[in-house]
Amino acid sequence: MTISFEITENSRISVDHYNKMAREEMRPISRKYDEEEHTLPVEWVDYWWSVGRKGAPVDVAQPTDGFVTVCIQAEEICWGDCGLYLRMPTPALGGSAVGAAGTPEQKERFLSPFNEEGHPIWGAMAITEPSAGSDASAIETTADFDSETEEWILNGNKIFCTAGEQSATVDGGITVVWATVDKSAGRGGIKSFVVPANTPGMELIGCEKKMGIRASDTASLRFENCRIPKDHLLGNPDVQKKSSKKTGDKGFKGAMATFDASRPIVAAMAVGVGRASLDFLKEELEKQGVSIRYDAPPRELTAIERDVIEMEADLQAARLLTWKAAWMMNKGKPNNLEASIAKAKAGLAVTRISQKAVELLGPVGYSRKVLVEKWFRDAKINDIFEGTQQINQLIVARRILDYPSAMLR
Amino acid sequence: MIDFEPTEEQALIVETVHQFAENEIRPVARESEEGGALSRSVLESAHELGLVANGIPEEYGGGGEPSAILGCLIAEELAWGDVSTALGILSPSLLALPVALLGSEEQRGRILPSLAGPTFVPGALAAVEPRFDSDVHRPQTTAKREGDGYRIEGTKCQVPWLEGGSDVLVFASEEGETRGFLVPRDAQGLSVEMEKNLGTQGLPLAEITFSDVEIPASARLGGEEARGMEEIIDRGRVGLAACAVGMSRAALEISRDYAKERETFGAPIATRQAIAFKIADMAIEIDGARLLAWEAACALDEGKPAARMATLAYSQARRVALKVSDDAVQIFGGHGFIRDYLPEMYLRNAGGFISSFEALTLV
Repeated sequence: MTISFEITENSRISVDHYNKMAREEMRPISRKYDEEEHTLPVEWVDYWWSVGRKGAPVDVAQPTDGFVTVCIQAEEICWGDCGLYLRMPTPALGGSAVGAAGTPEQKERFLSPFNEEGHPIWGAMAITEPSAGSDASAIETTADFDSETEEWILNGNKIFCTAGEQSATVDGGITVVWATVDKSAGRGGIKSFVVPANTPGMELIGCEKKMGIRASDTASLRFENCRIPKDHLLGNPDVQKKSSKKTGDKGFKGAMATFDASRPIVAAMAVGVGRASLDFLKEELEKQGVSIRYDAPPRELTAIERDVIEMEADLQAARLLTWKAAWMMNKGKPNNLEASIAKAKAGLAVTRISQKAVELLGPVGYSRKVLVEKWFRDAKINDIFEGTQQINQLIVARRILDYPSAMLR
Repeated sequence: MIDFEPTEEQALIVETVHQFAENEIRPVARESEEGGALSRSVLESAHELGLVANGIPEEYGGGGEPSAILGCLIAEELAWGDVSTALGILSPSLLALPVALLGSEEQRGRILPSLAGPTFVPGALAAVEPRFDSDVHRPQTTAKREGDGYRIEGTKCQVPWLEGGSDVLVFASEEGETRGFLVPRDAQGLSVEMEKNLGTQGLPLAEITFSDVEIPASARLGGEEARGMEEIIDRGRVGLAACAVGMSRAALEISRDYAKERETFGAPIATRQAIAFKIADMAIEIDGARLLAWEAACALDEGKPAARMATLAYSQARRVALKVSDDAVQIFGGHGFIRDYLPEMYLRNAGGFISSFEALTLV
């Protein structure tokens, strides 16, 4: 127990491994799948399924940095391409949801196929609806229990479901759907359900056309009398009524806990995109003979030097806050505040960094000949998905002020 | 392995220093500022508490190897109490640390024991110069070799000048290279004029003019190999970053408390997003700045190159200090502008961090 910023040897191996993958497997096709939106990046998907998912050649006998290593991996891959990262055949957020709310048996049943042979499969999570985004408690999709068949029946519309095209249509995949079992119970009635790919009643409506992360399939799904077995409900089926103060809305909170685990990862993704922009900018400046004088007094610095120092400091602050939020998970400490701090800082810092890189590079930054303009487009979503900047500010403010959500919304 | 948890011993020290800052420093912060002086009894009790200069070897009565990370933890707590008082309490390090790191046996034996003695003895370091383009790495103050010694010429400002103490460490250019020189406070040709500044008015800062000040060759720090002052400057930036974080944290806390009490239209202003989001941003930026300072401190402790990290940490922390203290004034509204409350003092202190503070404390 001592403050240390030294990553383990295993994390270093991960950095090298995923950086090489980013350079060799991702960057060469980055532009292609940005231009060919909605096309499945087959070579990348196959690479990940056959090679990538085996992980870095770490020494399992030696320590790792736990979730920090996971963040390091996300940063490196998103330094390669954030859109392709989201298109990888993995359990993704569906896996986080099962991990956060599922029983050990459910985890085994729903997640082990991702480690098996066979064709690539995807996981996804469907929360957002046309009229419910940041306010997840307002979701309208319903889950009714048919006691005769012992099945849940889902009805409703989901949008912005990342990796939803593959998770819903490729056999073996799972989509975790949030729905209410009792509207009168408010947040307490909201549960999450695992819907296997191609379940009758689940229909893929289409994919969004987006500003950035175009390699990622952002799906709209319709559920019409979609029946799933009883034991596909994650966690406890009991509805906690608003009136029962003691239990409150634990179920909803449990589901929201998914975000405490996923926000550091999204923050790390953001840092990866931001670093891509900043690295490119610094390399271009080097070529022009401009190097950054870190030791000069502020008033002697050029405008570009000042900008770069500020970008570097912001990026590093975002990275360290991300690592701290992840490290708290290693320690088994609640990290709700720290996860939101990391996400808020990284989302905004990286949006600004990617924009500044375009600004400073002028016509080079604006041209689609290089990737800086793409990172400008890719970065922005990091300040929106997995909780917007403002939602994370709300969470941080509630924690600092010690206010329940009813006091500050 | 990545770890953000202080050792048990460090945590205990932080707790003790925080208590001290809360019980002894904060209550006299406003009085120091208005009176333009530090409380001598607070300086003495801090010394008695064991807040002896960082890095004095055990043989001279100190705690041994310097720890920049512990220095950061302590500086943050003290500056949470009050920046002026913190810089006063920590001033012995301005001499102790450079002498311990770069001094000869003779210099160490002469300077260090008194700084680790039974009573508080201040240190002084002259790095900043009174020009808009002051550059601690390239001072205009010169040290010219003459016969058996040096002749120092130039003017410094923002030199902590607490009563007592023997020497002031002066950054001067020796044939274009920046070196440190130990100059007795009572040297002939050294003249002192006390400053009045925008903030940190409790801390006595002086403008020091050196006209034909002669010192022996043995007064130079850095030994035969003439080691430079770069590491000292880095240690200053990291220490000041920690102080900026401590002050910002204080500004956040009083803003939080005020916003929960003050009501508009029937509810506390903290329940309004316009205020709550400011408070969230303060917390986010302060945490980020703290980790940058810690990372730079760990690099120093591991003997790694730390210049870039120290600059990043300080540039971030000074920006955060200004933003957070300005937001604090805004959250307090009209009261923020009134000297009965602390935010305006924090904002004026932030003016020092953003404009000129360098090597005012070392970790």
